[in-house]
Amino acid sequence: MALVELRDVSKVFPSSRRGAPPVNAVTGVDLDIHAGEIVGIVGYSGAGKSTLVRLINALEPVTSGTITVDGTEITSLKERELQKVRLGIGMIFQQFNLFTSRTVYGNIAYPLQVAGVPHREQHARIVELLTFVGLGDKAHVHPEQLSGGQKQRVGIARALATSPRILLADEATSALDPQTTHEVLGLLKRVNEELGITIVVITHEMEVIKAIAHKVVVMEQGRIVEQGPVFDIFANPAEPATRRFVSTLIDDVPEGHTLESLRARHPGRFITVSFRDSSVSQSQVFAEIISRGVEFELVYGGIEDIQGDSFGHLTLALRGEDIAIKEAVAAVTARVETREVA
Amino acid sequence: MDRLQELQSLFWQGAWETIYIVGFALVLGGLGGLLLGVSLYVTRRGGILANAPVSFVLNIVVNFFRPIPFVIFIAAAQPAARAVMGTGIGNKAIIFALVIAASFGISRIVEQNLVSVPPGVLEAARSTGAGRVRIIRTVLIPEALGPLILGFTFAFVAIVDMSAVAGVVGGGGLGNFALVYGYAQYNPTATWAAVIVIVVIVQLGQFAGNALARKALRR
Repeated sequence: MALVELRDVSKVFPSSRRGAPPVNAVTGVDLDIHAGEIVGIVGYSGAGKSTLVRLINALEPVTSGTITVDGTEITSLKERELQKVRLGIGMIFQQFNLFTSRTVYGNIAYPLQVAGVPHREQHARIVELLTFVGLGDKAHVHPEQLSGGQKQRVGIARALATSPRILLADEATSALDPQTTHEVLGLLKRVNEELGITIVVITHEMEVIKAIAHKVVVMEQGRIVEQGPVFDIFANPAEPATRRFVSTLIDDVPEGHTLESLRARHPGRFITVSFRDSSVSQSQVFAEIISRGVEFELVYGGIEDIQGDSFGHLTLALRGEDIAIKEAVAAVTARVETREVA
Repeated sequence: MDRLQELQSLFWQGAWETIYIVGFALVLGGLGGLLLGVSLYVTRRGGILANAPVSFVLNIVVNFFRPIPFVIFIAAAQPAARAVMGTGIGNKAIIFALVIAASFGISRIVEQNLVSVPPGVLEAARSTGAGRVRIIRTVLIPEALGPLILGFTFAFVAIVDMSAVAGVVGGGGLGNFALVYGYAQYNPTATWAAVIVIVVIVQLGQFAGNALARKALRR
C-alpha cells in the first residue's frame, strides 16, 4: 500500500466573480506515492500542481474523490483531526513563509510548540535540526538577515521539526539562483536518503526533476497527463506536454530558426540519432558512418546523464556519396533510433 | 492671585482627567478594536475563518457607527451609558462613549494592518497543524505587531482629539478646561496652556509608539 493514495480526486474552486464559471483546478487525479520516493510533479503555472499538493495535507478540502495518507483516509476528517495529520506532513514554500516576528530558532520551535513537545526536548531537537541544515550559527538571527538559500534551509528545518514522514515542497527552489538551487536540492536529497522522508516536489523546472526525483508526474490543466520513472519519461516522453518539458533540458531535433541557421552553415543531409540506453555506444554508431567513407559533423544536441543512465539526441550533418550516406543511415538506424531532419 | 491659583489647580485636574479618560479609552477601545478588527479580517472571503454572513453583519455594524460625529455620538450613547455605567453624564459617560467609538475606529485600522501579513505565512502555520485561534494569537498578531503599534498610536491621537468634547455631557479634561475657562471667559492664556499640554501629551504618545514599533519591526 502506498504512503499517499489519491483516487479520482477533483478540486473545484467557486468562481471569484459573480457569473464567472467555477475553476476546475484538479480533475480526476489518481496517484500513488510510495514511502521513500521523491516524486516530482511538473507543470506550467495554473496546471493545478500547487492545488494538488495542498490537497495532500488538506490545506484545501477535496471536492470529490478520496485521499489516504499513511493508511488514514483524510478526506472525511474534521479540522481538529486534520491538524494531527498535518503534524506528520512537512511543507516548504517558494517564498519560504518564515515567521518574521521570530528568530530562526523560534521558527523551528513553532511546530514543536504546536505539537506540545516539552521545552527541554524542543531545544535538543532544534539544535539537531540546525546542524542538519548547516545553520548552527544562525539560531538567534531574524529571517531578514538571511540569504534566500538560508531562508529555505530554515524552512526545511521547520518542516522537519516534528519528524514527519512526508515533505511537500511547493516550488521550493523557484525563487533561488542556480547555485543556491543546487545546494537546496542537495539538502532535500539528504532529507530523503538520510532520514528516509518521502518528498513530493512541485516545480516547473525539469532541472529539479532531473536532479532529485525518482518518479515524475506531468500535469496539464488539472489532470495528470503522464507519469513514470524519471529516466523513462526523459527518454520516451509520450505526451506533447511532457515532450515540451523534456526539451527545456535536452535539445532533441532542431527546428525553425535554429535549423535554418544550421543549414546555412552546414551542407549535407541532417539526421538526429537518439541514444536511449547504454546498450549502444556512440563509438559504434560513428564507426558505422566512418567505415562507409561518409564525413559527418555534430551540429546540434547533447547527451545528458539522468541518474546514472546516459541518453540524448545528436544531430549529424552527413556529407559524401549519396549511396554511401544511404547505407550509413540504414546501418545506424538498425542500431539506434534515427530521425530525418527535414 | 487667588483666582490664578484656583485656575491652576483646575488646569492640572483637567490634565489628569484627560490622561485617564484617554488611557481608559485606549486600553479598552484598543482591546475592543483588536477583537473586532481580527474578526473583520479572519471572516473575510479567503480568510482563515471565512464566514460571509458574519463578515457582512460586522461590516454593516462598523460602517454604521464609524461615521457618526463624536459630539453627536456622545449624546446618542447616553441611554446606553446610563444602562452600563449607571450614569449618562460626567467622565464615566465620556469614557463609555469613547471606548465604543474607539473600538469601531480601531477595528478598521487593525483590519488594514492584518491584510499586510502575507497569506503564505498563515498557510505555513496551518501546515504545521496549528489550530486557527492559535494562529491568530501566535502568528497573525505578532507578524503585524509593528504596523499595529503604529495604528494604535494613530488611534491614541484621535482619542485625545475626541476627548476634548467631554464637556458636552459634563465630563472634564483639558478640552473642557480650554472651552470653559479659556474660550468662554476670554482668557487666551488658559486656552493656550491647555493646547500646549495636549500637544505635549500627543508628542509623548507618538514618541513612545514610534519607539515600540521600531523595536517590533527591528528597524
